Amino acid sequence: MTSSARIFFVGGLTAYRALIHWLSPWIFIPTLVVAPIFQILLFVYIGRSAGVQSDEFYVIGNAVQYASIPCLFSMTHAIAGERNQQTLAYILVSPAGRLPLFLGRALPVIGNAMLVAAFSLVVSALILGLDIPASAWAPIAIVILISSFACTGLGLICAAIGLRVRETAVLNNVIFGLLLIFTGANVPIDELPGWMQAISDRIPLTHGIQAAREVVDGASLGDVSGLLATEFAIGVVYTLVGYAALRVMEHESRKRASIQIA
Amino acid sequence: MRALRLIWVGWIYQFKQLRRSSFDFFLAILWPIFFGTVAFFMFRSGGEPGALIYAGLGAAVMGIWTATSLAAGTALQRERWHGTLELLVAAPAHFALILLPVGLATSTIGIYCMAATLLWGRFAFGIDLPLDEPLMMALAVPATLLSIGALGFLIAVAFARYRHAWALGSMTEYPMWLICGFLVPIALLPDWVGPISWVLAPTWGMNAIRESSVGGTPLGDISMCFALGTAYVTLGVLLTDRVLRAARERASLSLS
Repeated sequence: MTSSARIFFVGGLTAYRALIHWLSPWIFIPTLVVAPIFQILLFVYIGRSAGVQSDEFYVIGNAVQYASIPCLFSMTHAIAGERNQQTLAYILVSPAGRLPLFLGRALPVIGNAMLVAAFSLVVSALILGLDIPASAWAPIAIVILISSFACTGLGLICAAIGLRVRETAVLNNVIFGLLLIFTGANVPIDELPGWMQAISDRIPLTHGIQAAREVVDGASLGDVSGLLATEFAIGVVYTLVGYAALRVMEHESRKRASIQIA
Repeated sequence: MRALRLIWVGWIYQFKQLRRSSFDFFLAILWPIFFGTVAFFMFRSGGEPGALIYAGLGAAVMGIWTATSLAAGTALQRERWHGTLELLVAAPAHFALILLPVGLATSTIGIYCMAATLLWGRFAFGIDLPLDEPLMMALAVPATLLSIGALGFLIAVAFARYRHAWALGSMTEYPMWLICGFLVPIALLPDWVGPISWVLAPTWGMNAIRESSVGGTPLGDISMCFALGTAYVTLGVLLTDRVLRAARERASLSLS
């Protein structure tokens, strides 16, 4: 295995296991197992009370949108968490290639996000008695994979900000709240004001959620390929911006000698 | 008298401390606004005129629970991090008198959340809330805050021996929003949820605030808030002794 591949796969997994204390069952179960199901139930019942949209609309929207929690929080912890462990300076002073060093940490994040979204979708569908055709599950898995990748790109940007900003938990929660409003998880995009629709089109998860809904309604992967391509492209852009931001923040931290004290 | 003074000083001190925290203050104010915004869009889309008023009041009270659940859950963990937990436990004052103000301070932060959400609903969505019973409202809001604060105290005690109490506190957020009828009438939920919501003070607080706003008889709901609040405090005091005894026996006060 080449050095870069080793840093990408082994280093990424090691950093993930070491830094994401959310993997403890005491945190994982309340935040990533129980909470998404209750978020889904909350919006399903608000939808029933308001008399708008079907249960399926909210189940799919919120299950995919909840992937953003592991994407944002884990990605930020996987990089900015080094500072809390007093190890950031050692990482940044090492000659390791930055691309495998930073992006390798994203791979387990994407896997965890997929697991959370898929689990919430399956369990809430069972609780609410939704009939999701068996043929839809494989395409849904692909939609969730692409959506998780796109949102991890956003997480990478948050991680970069986390190299200079102390309050990453507040930042991640604010972004989660904005995604809840703007991605169309609960409100159809065409019911949002024009300026909000313009933002919705340019952020992760919007197209993924739309694709997942269409797949459950019987569309094939080919039918939603345009949506998936857009979601993937958004993910690539956010990942590139995130990587560039990490390099800039690293440079700034060195220049200002603020790696450990930011 | 000394007990009342301790509660008062603790309340002010904890409140000032929470107000300095961007997580416990700034985020607690923003968080219900995000969910309220989604709910406002959904109810506006439904087209029923009274529904937005229902959602506006519900979203405002949601903030009190948000501010309480997380901060109360982490109350003891904060003391652990500051290295002051053992000192507080060893102090001659009963530990419940030190913890109760924490619950009250967290729910007091809820006033800011409530005001922010009401203003957001008014200016962003044009939700004009009625105020049919101003005197009753003046009673209902403090009754709700005090009873939710008492529940926060109970949570702080109950989660005392868990290292990751914040996650447990956070886990209670959505279920409480749902089963206390903040945004969804309890009648819409399965029948078995009803009895659970009756033993939760936020349910009665929400009813009291709603009836004070749109008209009704909130006095019964306000009385229930006080009754349940008293029950939570009593239970919390009894639990405090057990939890502290167990922590001392296992020498796990600072390690758990």
